[in-house]
Amino acid sequence: MKTTELPRWASGFVLPVLNLLSALLVAALVIHLLGESPVESLHILINSAVINPEGLSYTLFYASTFIFTGLAVSVAMKAGLFNIGAEGQMYLGGLGLTIAMLSFDATLSPWLLIPVGMLCAALFGAGWAFLPGYLQAKRGSHVVVTTIMFNFIAASLMNFIIVKYLIPEGDQNPASRVFSEAAAMPRLFDWFPALGDTPLNISFVLAIIALAIYGVMISRSSWGYKLQATGLNAHAAHYAGVRISRTIIVAMLISGALAGLAAVNSIMGSTHYLSLNFPAGAGFVGIAIALMGRQHPVGIFLSAVLFGALIQGGFDLSLEKPNIPQETFIFIQGLIILFCGAMENLYAPVVLKMINVRNAARSGARKG
Amino acid sequence: MEDFQFASIVVSTIRNAPVLIFAAMAGLFAERSGVVDIGLEGKILASAFVSAAVAYTYQDPWLGMAAGILVSVALALVQGFVSITQKGNQLVAGIAINIAMSGLTFVVAQYFFQQGGRTPDLGEARLTDIVLPGTALLADIPVIGWLYGSVIGGHSALVYFAFLLLPVVHWVLFHSRFGLRLRAVGENPHAADAAGVSVQQTRYAAMLIAGVLCSFSGAYLSIVQSGFFLRDMSAGAGYLALTALVFGNWRPVHTVLGCLMFGFFGALQIQIEGVDLPVVGRIPGSLIQMIPYVVTVIVLAGLMAKSVAPKALGRPFVKSR
Repeated sequence: MKTTELPRWASGFVLPVLNLLSALLVAALVIHLLGESPVESLHILINSAVINPEGLSYTLFYASTFIFTGLAVSVAMKAGLFNIGAEGQMYLGGLGLTIAMLSFDATLSPWLLIPVGMLCAALFGAGWAFLPGYLQAKRGSHVVVTTIMFNFIAASLMNFIIVKYLIPEGDQNPASRVFSEAAAMPRLFDWFPALGDTPLNISFVLAIIALAIYGVMISRSSWGYKLQATGLNAHAAHYAGVRISRTIIVAMLISGALAGLAAVNSIMGSTHYLSLNFPAGAGFVGIAIALMGRQHPVGIFLSAVLFGALIQGGFDLSLEKPNIPQETFIFIQGLIILFCGAMENLYAPVVLKMINVRNAARSGARKG
Repeated sequence: MEDFQFASIVVSTIRNAPVLIFAAMAGLFAERSGVVDIGLEGKILASAFVSAAVAYTYQDPWLGMAAGILVSVALALVQGFVSITQKGNQLVAGIAINIAMSGLTFVVAQYFFQQGGRTPDLGEARLTDIVLPGTALLADIPVIGWLYGSVIGGHSALVYFAFLLLPVVHWVLFHSRFGLRLRAVGENPHAADAAGVSVQQTRYAAMLIAGVLCSFSGAYLSIVQSGFFLRDMSAGAGYLALTALVFGNWRPVHTVLGCLMFGFFGALQIQIEGVDLPVVGRIPGSLIQMIPYVVTVIVLAGLMAKSVAPKALGRPFVKSR
């Protein structure tokens, strides 16, 4: 019997892997053209990002940020909203937690300070996502364009706020003052010295918890059902009694809050101050992670780790091979988004054909 | 003093606008055919780099522009393949191209020129400004000398080309057979298909035109405005052009007005930085930079006018049987 649809293992696993391999093949070609050996490069990359414990620890540190931005984009995507604004929401989240730290880091104990910082980050991120969500729900203005605008507005606004209000007197560097010790996220190194002295902190644990909550909420709660119904067919969901505009606004609020929380790992986990352009594209990487991970918690985790490894391994690789600068990995990111996100069905006809041929051979063998 | 400032704002608005006009007209063709063109930014960046690199290497700006066209068209065809043939997500394809080009242009520029991801100064290979005949004669007459010498004259060929493009695009879109098909395909592909118009072919043709037009935007940036390529030098111009398109309701005249508005704010931002204004005092450039985006959000919210996108925008066409 011929199948016309791919089985789940094929569409959920085989296709993404084939797409990823295609993206890496193009990347390998470019590395070859730059006069370096792709095999050797891959070896260095894997060694420094996964095999070496300290490298792995850095990989997971980057992955923690990406899990949050990936989740942020995924939640919105489930509701049929393409939130390109995670970058701006993370930026504003950073502002929220910085305001909290600058006000309280001398007085509050870490037990209170860190939750307050996280809360402010989430609130500011959600606040920045509210208007695009509201405009989409109530006025029909497309969330893609509004969130792009909000990214630009966030960049200008933060430039203004940091330069005008946050630079300590006498400093030239566009950044806030360094927070006190109390504001630092506890590092995993303190409990697991084997991981190496790296910024990997409990944000990673929180990211895993967030993934689990997301997984349960999406596929096991009635809210998740409403969210997905809205995303799949807003009209049908409306007739089924789902309040569409409310669902859209709530989805964007949660999305923004998660993007805001991504700032916690970057700022309270590592730099301990707010600096210009600190998200450094993590919001856009979130788009790639959501697409590649197909908005599934396990997929999001795996793709976040992959992108973390590309950043960590890429950093070491660029030190050893000057022809392969860090920016090569921005290019590879783009390729992965292209192959895994936009051309997700590129190999579907081929895989389908192979499955049908195999099935035919099997039934033939049974008959024969 | 104030007059002088106003004069230079007018002139730099004219000089800022072509980057946006070329890109917006490119986006106009793609989006009127139903393909979302968020990848403008990446195409601008790629053509800016290739134009500058080739123009420098062969010391010929026109050769540089030709190479820029090839690269931009190639990217437009990749976008077309994903959006039209593969029926993939058009937004994602565009964003992927933007991110990939942001990285690749730096890597290749660094590989060839070893100057931190920029090309050497083009020097003589820059496109020169055209001085109209009689400029020197009129230069001493107030207002007219300025109008003739700096507003109308004194720009490179690409500036004139950008402004001449407007009537051409308007005619093609609203008065030619191709324009009619283009709009039909973007509004109602099934009806167009039933009427015997090939949706796929029309969309690919639109992407080809978009690729060519977009390449001028990049060439203008590197071989006219700055005279070199710099990492991420497009700095959001592609997104701004897209915004001008939304702002202008996907109509050529209104879109170009939107481009001029953005060009004006860009010029204003540079002029006003550090100047003490009456009543409000000093306004930081970063706040002025924000104005066009805020205006766009207000337009998007339907508070000034309602912007209506082509109906089939972003939807892959699946032939019904």
